[in-house]
Amino acid sequence: MDNLYRDFILEHYREPHNRGVLEPHDLHHAESNPTCGDELSLTIQLDATGTAVADVAFVGRGCAISQASASILSDGLRGRALSELAALDPETVIAELTVPIGPARRKCALLAWKVLQGAVRGEPAEWPDVPLSPT
Amino acid sequence: MSLQHAGPASAPRAVNGTALRADFPALAGPTRDGHRLAFLDSAASSLKPQAVIDAIADLYAHHYANVHRGIYELSEDATARYEAARTRVAAFIGAASGREVVFVRNATEAINLVAYSWGDATVDAGDIILATQMEHHANLVPWQQLAARRGAAVEYVAVTDDGRLDLDDLRERLTHGPRLLAVTHVSNVLGTINPIAEIVELAHAAGALVLLDAAQSVPHAPVDVTALGIDFAAFSAHKMLGPSGIGVLWARRTILEAMPPFMTGGNMISRVTLERTEFAEVPGRFEAGTPAIAEAVGLAAAIDYLDALGMAAVRAHERDLFTAAWEALTSIRGVQPLGPADPELHGGAISFVVDGIHPHDVASVLDAHGVAVRAGHHCAQPLMDRFGVPATTRASLYVYNDLDDIERLVTAIRGAQQLFGQA
Repeated sequence: MDNLYRDFILEHYREPHNRGVLEPHDLHHAESNPTCGDELSLTIQLDATGTAVADVAFVGRGCAISQASASILSDGLRGRALSELAALDPETVIAELTVPIGPARRKCALLAWKVLQGAVRGEPAEWPDVPLSPT
Repeated sequence: MSLQHAGPASAPRAVNGTALRADFPALAGPTRDGHRLAFLDSAASSLKPQAVIDAIADLYAHHYANVHRGIYELSEDATARYEAARTRVAAFIGAASGREVVFVRNATEAINLVAYSWGDATVDAGDIILATQMEHHANLVPWQQLAARRGAAVEYVAVTDDGRLDLDDLRERLTHGPRLLAVTHVSNVLGTINPIAEIVELAHAAGALVLLDAAQSVPHAPVDVTALGIDFAAFSAHKMLGPSGIGVLWARRTILEAMPPFMTGGNMISRVTLERTEFAEVPGRFEAGTPAIAEAVGLAAAIDYLDALGMAAVRAHERDLFTAAWEALTSIRGVQPLGPADPELHGGAISFVVDGIHPHDVASVLDAHGVAVRAGHHCAQPLMDRFGVPATTRASLYVYNDLDDIERLVTAIRGAQQLFGQA
């Protein structure tokens, strides 16, 4: 068995950190991965300066890799400047998963990074409501 | 070589999947994790036997030049082999002659050819194209695009809960007077074998032509396009032990001859002046430019291989394996296979859902067990919507599979359930 599904990943998948919806929120973005149906919706509250993350929460559904990645990424967002997050290298997101992510699973692993990018850059969400799309 | 058969003339005998593995170099070595590869993704693309690989290498080494052009030995040799491949295909699918066989890139291109050539010349504003809810995107998007170009509409025949075409819905929709019914022979997702002869009778009685997506049937069972009574058929070589890059459009000659060219250029003309062009006869009219010569020869070698096994024996082998796989999958708590349970109605592709585990995670765990399956929407998103799932895991069977592959599949699924706490 390769170690894609090490306990670290499975624990984040089973009991994701920062799960939920922040109301009110300053930033929101939501995207899906149509090839497999993974979905992620992210809400962010900014600090008093309006330039850094005060709090973050996500809801989503999909494969273990996509959901664990969202949990792990969200853990490291509080206190970080939006400008810094806008320049976040996707390879560091992959590296923080600490498991071998093959080419076929990169899209799963990087959905959280894509949604974060959409949020900090103010791109329109794929669906407007904060909860998951009504599929 | 461990081939257990002598040749096309010999009496058909049972296909021995375990023995045939030796003919496929891809199955020779252990996987990354040291397993005997259980290749269960032939519905996406099949592995290639050494005989096909050799035929392609031999063509390039000793018989290659451009076809239909050179007045010299090599070109005449290559042309003869290319055209012999066409005749070989015609015989294999029961076509009246090689002139009804057009070489294209794949089944997708074959369907696009019909949509653009026949479709643009025939379909008018307000017309209806009838497809089904179980079509692969290749037999769905070209019709949506044709409808958009011509101001026509696409309707879809419904699928029942057990994954069969709803024939009552078909009858009802045929009363709307569609120009064409585009239907798959065997569903690439559900494995459903559709009753094509019956469907053709209904469609023709309603004045609709029938295009058959045969990508999942020609590789797996005897298919006779003339006996089925269809008007068009499309399939790909790469799903039937042949090379990628070549596929077949078959159409009844009277229809084909009335169709305008799809792509234009060299080879497909009879006379060109700066003012106008006269087009070649069929099938050359539809083969613009230098064709896939070695691939055609590779396809002929693949047909030789399948014919030697006997397509009835291939079908029987897959039916037996399907029966074992279905029984094994339905006996695992938390696993739901889709499609008809009846082996007479179900080909070699089995999609299933594992409760609580996303198909991509299932496939990744299976991969670590040396079991290759497909996970995703299988280019059939409307069908996924129909069954309310974002994706499925699919195991699909072919000549080189055996009961060991099924056991490995089951063990690996149980392993995934254990890992994810779903056992």
